[in-house]
Amino acid sequence: MTSKMLVRALTAVGLIGLLSTAAAAPGESGWRQPWGLNLPEGVTSLSRLSYDLHMLVFYIVCVIAAIVFIGIFYSMWKFRKSAGAKPAHFHHNTTVEVIWTVIPFLILLGISIPATQTMIKMEDTTDYEMTVKVTGYQWMWEYEYLDEDISFFSRMDPDSQLARQRNPEISPREVEHYLLDVDNPLVVPIDKKIRFLLTANDVIHSWWVPELGWKKDTIPGFINEAWARIEEPGVYRGQCAELCGRDHAFMPVVVIALEQEEYEDWVAEQNGEAAAVGDEPAEADIDDVAEEELEDMSEDELMTLGEQVYNSQCLACHRAEGEGMAGFPALDGNEMVTGDVSAVNDVIINGVSGTAMQAFGGRLDDREIAAVVTYIRNAWGNDAGDLVQPSEVRDAR
Amino acid sequence: MSSATDTAHHGHDHHHAPPYGITRWLFTTNHKDLGVLYMSFGLLMFFIGGAMAMIIRAELFQPGLNLVDPYFFNQMTTMHALVMIFGAVMPALTGLANWLVPVQIGAPDMALPRVNNWAFWLLPAGFVLLLATLFMPGGAPASGWTMYPPLVLMLGDSFPFLIFAVHILGISSIMGSINIAVTILNMRAPGMTLMKMPLFVWTWLITAFLMIAVMPVLAGAVTMLLTDQYFGTSFFNAAGGGDPVMFQHIFWFFGHPEVYILILPAFGIVSAILPTFARKPLFGYSSMVYATASIAFLSFIVWAHHMFTVGLPLAGQLFFMYATMLVAVPTGVKIFNWMATMWRGSMTFETPMLFSIAFVLLFTVGGLSGVMLALAPVDLQYHDTYFVVAHFHYVLVTGTIFAIMAAVYYWLPKWTGHMYDEKLGKIHFWVSVISVNVLFFPQHFLGLAGMPRRIPDYALQFAEFNMISSIGGFVFGFAQLLFVWIIIKCVRGGEKVTDQVWEGAQGLEWTLPSPAPYHTFETPPVVK
Repeated sequence: MTSKMLVRALTAVGLIGLLSTAAAAPGESGWRQPWGLNLPEGVTSLSRLSYDLHMLVFYIVCVIAAIVFIGIFYSMWKFRKSAGAKPAHFHHNTTVEVIWTVIPFLILLGISIPATQTMIKMEDTTDYEMTVKVTGYQWMWEYEYLDEDISFFSRMDPDSQLARQRNPEISPREVEHYLLDVDNPLVVPIDKKIRFLLTANDVIHSWWVPELGWKKDTIPGFINEAWARIEEPGVYRGQCAELCGRDHAFMPVVVIALEQEEYEDWVAEQNGEAAAVGDEPAEADIDDVAEEELEDMSEDELMTLGEQVYNSQCLACHRAEGEGMAGFPALDGNEMVTGDVSAVNDVIINGVSGTAMQAFGGRLDDREIAAVVTYIRNAWGNDAGDLVQPSEVRDAR
Repeated sequence: MSSATDTAHHGHDHHHAPPYGITRWLFTTNHKDLGVLYMSFGLLMFFIGGAMAMIIRAELFQPGLNLVDPYFFNQMTTMHALVMIFGAVMPALTGLANWLVPVQIGAPDMALPRVNNWAFWLLPAGFVLLLATLFMPGGAPASGWTMYPPLVLMLGDSFPFLIFAVHILGISSIMGSINIAVTILNMRAPGMTLMKMPLFVWTWLITAFLMIAVMPVLAGAVTMLLTDQYFGTSFFNAAGGGDPVMFQHIFWFFGHPEVYILILPAFGIVSAILPTFARKPLFGYSSMVYATASIAFLSFIVWAHHMFTVGLPLAGQLFFMYATMLVAVPTGVKIFNWMATMWRGSMTFETPMLFSIAFVLLFTVGGLSGVMLALAPVDLQYHDTYFVVAHFHYVLVTGTIFAIMAAVYYWLPKWTGHMYDEKLGKIHFWVSVISVNVLFFPQHFLGLAGMPRRIPDYALQFAEFNMISSIGGFVFGFAQLLFVWIIIKCVRGGEKVTDQVWEGAQGLEWTLPSPAPYHTFETPPVVK
């Protein structure tokens, strides 16, 4: 139960928060199991409604399937020529035609009533109590709490990143919640009507947590609405559901639902930290670094942070040893990487248009960019021998 | 000059023997030759698309990235769909229409023989363009066959190849379908009124109109992609005032009728085979015709059920949900009519009958999961999961492809004059029908348990069912080699068959000799 993800979430709450929350740690949902067969009942009124509708229709279609299967198998047995069956000659009967047109129609009419009611409830995003804006990126999510001054990116956790490589350092089977874990989960309170505003930055993605009862596409340039009122504290996992490019499979969604008080503690912690370091990964939030932000960092600091940033941001395409792969250039032994620093900064801050290299200027702060540039210039076989400091990155922006 | 049927019965109809060599096939305008070309092309593409499916299932055999890069995986899912839809199923069905429509309505050939030749030879051209992208830097299209922008606009050099391949295949389909519609409407033998036509001809007539209606829409959609990419338009770019969702509306206005283009001729095939082996006329002929037409009409007003998650207004979601649910009514009529056709018949179970019965049963499974998918509020859970993958493979593989196989077994003796190896045919059937269910049935569970589609790697909870599915896939894939062998063996020789071939077979094609001569019905038969 003390999953790595949970630990990471709790680290974000801070030490005191950690202790208090650990006492009432939100439970992992029991739905995601091997040999899983069915939809989850879920933890919202919408998910229960759609689950009930699903089961209702499922039983109806099972009955119809049984009629068809039994009818055909019985005919095959009873009217086989080898048993001496003589063919009848009828080929038309208006009465039965009418019957098997009208009865299915009436069944469908019956199903459409709860379906319509559920659909109307799903679209009712009025009277919300808080709003979370979800933005899809290739390949991560950004969460913005519009009522609080909180926003952060949520990416697949580093262990899954390592395990999902070809010839991985760790086997997928050793990673708890393989491909379903993130560095920064979305934390929300229970029993509040949350309105989700969904959009995307690059291509269409789809934000899906089965236990909330729906998925909704995030479309660049447009904002979709959906809502959920989560009834039970817990950890709920999902994935991007719309093909969004190479790493479509690797942008999980994790939602942690907390009791109101714990949620408020979390918000307070975030606000305290947000003022200091923005969307820094939780692991780096050790000290009050606001004052130091643009002070020079030591080589150790740069290389350590750089490796963390590299593993979470760059490794997917440029690979663990900087060897790259088809379509993604090697960084190891790359003269451009070890050459002019300002060119390297430019590529990372602004991306390279027309290629898969994206602009990281908006996602990483000066320290992180400085660290990762230092790292790629000095890791593996590269030996530029110099350090890049946050102040240089700020000047390069 | 005596009529074709007369001369044929005396076995000396050699005055228009086919020329020999490659030019026979390049320049042929003969509907039978073109039917053979279409079907052979479809079979070749079936194996190319199938090889891609094998790669997909091999990668998904275990969690982790075991064989291929995720981007290559996306190329495989995209190309598998394009090759199977436009390369395997559509040409196979068009080939069947070419061979069978003239001999079923008593026409000497297709109405537009040169168009027929050109429509076929565009296909290899289109697929050379499309398949060549596999060998280009950056690889083949990887956007999914649905080509949604903005993702599709990020393709590299394969993008224009994809667009022009779709254009060429679309032109081929339009020409082929115009030809079929014109043939059916103008070249029926005296007495062959519309309501006397075999159901295969009816379903193809309706299919042809569907194609003529929607292929230009697809061409328009991909042309807009092309101008967005290269000529600065912003049809689908929100930053320029466009809308990426508009592409989905246009695409699915093509795409949903396209789904029925793939299934309606299969309905026609099964409606021919079941009465033959039940030795009893098709039940409810006219209701079958009306049901087919209703399905075709409904196909134009259900497209947005592919888009319930894009944020349609409530009224739109409800309209498309109701319209989609309505499709179940005429489809149900068809299934019940097939059941009634078998009821109190005198059935034997040769390979075509086995495939046809499997079609009815397993198409029912796919149809019923379609009813579930029609419900907009629950579709928000099903959408883009393996539940959808299972649904459309039940409809397209155990539906259309089983029907095509049934058709090949059923008419192969007419085409070749030889009976196929019944024992091997039955082995092919049983291996296929078991393995295809092992392949696709667990995918329902995977989808409901939360596995998205189009992913090369998955959470550990999905490992068991994926492995089972992959094993089914490998068996199903290799079983199809047996199908090819059975066809080759039958073409090369075998027990000679009678003109009627099957005891219960009815219709003009069974009055012709086996094998049917190169030219048939040069003097039209009279249908009473």
